[in-house]
Amino acid sequence: MQLKLTVNGVVRSDEVEPRLLLVHYLREVCGLRAANVGCDTTSCGACTVLLNGESVKSCTVLAAQANGQSVVTAEGLVSETGELHPVQRAFREHHGLQCGFCTPGMVMAATSLLAENPHPTEQEVREGLEGNFCRCTGYHNIVRAVLAAADALSASSASGTESEAEVSA
Amino acid sequence: MIPAPFDYETADSAAHALSMLAEYGEDAKLLAGGHSLLPMMKVRLAQPAVLIDIARVAELSGIRVEGDELVIGATTRHAELVSSPLVKAEAPILAHAAAQVGDPQIRHRGTIGGSLAHADPAADLPMTLLALGGSVEITGPSGVRVVGADDFFVGPFESVLAPGELLSAVRVPRGGSVPWGYQKFVRRANDWAIVGVAAYDGRVALASMGGTPLRALAVEEALRSGAPIAEAAELAADGTSPGYDFHADAEYRKHLARVLTRRALDGRTG
Repeated sequence: MQLKLTVNGVVRSDEVEPRLLLVHYLREVCGLRAANVGCDTTSCGACTVLLNGESVKSCTVLAAQANGQSVVTAEGLVSETGELHPVQRAFREHHGLQCGFCTPGMVMAATSLLAENPHPTEQEVREGLEGNFCRCTGYHNIVRAVLAAADALSASSASGTESEAEVSA
Repeated sequence: MIPAPFDYETADSAAHALSMLAEYGEDAKLLAGGHSLLPMMKVRLAQPAVLIDIARVAELSGIRVEGDELVIGATTRHAELVSSPLVKAEAPILAHAAAQVGDPQIRHRGTIGGSLAHADPAADLPMTLLALGGSVEITGPSGVRVVGADDFFVGPFESVLAPGELLSAVRVPRGGSVPWGYQKFVRRANDWAIVGVAAYDGRVALASMGGTPLRALAVEEALRSGAPIAEAAELAADGTSPGYDFHADAEYRKHLARVLTRRALDGRTG
């Protein structure tokens, strides 16, 4: 089938099999390797991307279901000038990763969480990331990073340098 | 894991979906959020020849009040139930139950109609519909029929939905001030209930205590005759036939049903 959608702000058109999963479309057709295939069973969250601004597990979405819609991967959070998104920056500053495999999914889940709830409590961050597994960190620094990102995003939106639209992509 | 090949069709109305179901017969499956169907297709437990995507059919989505009921379109997603002011005000147990399904990513995709049609005896929404005494609207070639939750679930992953039919909407009673409680016992985030209990207005429904979500009829009867909650809850496992797995054996599930029913009847939600 002919697929037409927006990936990281770029309109694409590709001929794909209906059974092609979104994560495989992103990795193999678009060459975007941030979204990882971890468990492949909708559990681990390593394949999390934004579909119309909301976090989804791209191993359990057909590329066909994203037809006509907008997908954002961790690559797409980086600004045109190469600057990391505040969530990405916070993961780096707070060392919210060790091996890094879960990180793109964590970052996308956190970005979606902060779009829905810009000022989460620690408990809300933990619950908001329940769909993402990390086998290295024990989560503490990930939670710290997300809380710091929430502060950074609200500070920058208060000063008008970062629009809401950019956060929800 | 890659699904077996299939043809993909997009429905632009409920009537269009029904005509395609009639055309393709039992080889076709409806696709909404795909969060029950796609995992089964990936492990080839399901191999439909045609998927009919109904996620873009506007008339199948949305939440509205109709008399003393809330009518929820089948493709309304769990996240929409969780955040809907209408659901929170008129059927708070349903908003709470939807928030217990899977995780945020799953709730962004999964739909109420898909969850009910999947008829998983361990799942949150089938149990909750049963506790609410709600019903489902089923649209078929000969029109619309309404089936009560008590008659909808007939076996594990089996409902009265026929192959040519479409679960089009869900009806639940409005009851913003009705007492309710909800208990879901899991060992890990993201799991299905080892045992679940939903209590609403003297009705008690159980998850993972048999092949379908079950009413705890003995508990309800005892409450009607004035038994205190602790005494009524002791009857929660009566008439159930729980299975066993690596989480729990049948006796432990029965124990959990009694404890969790008491907590749910006390109005506890976590």
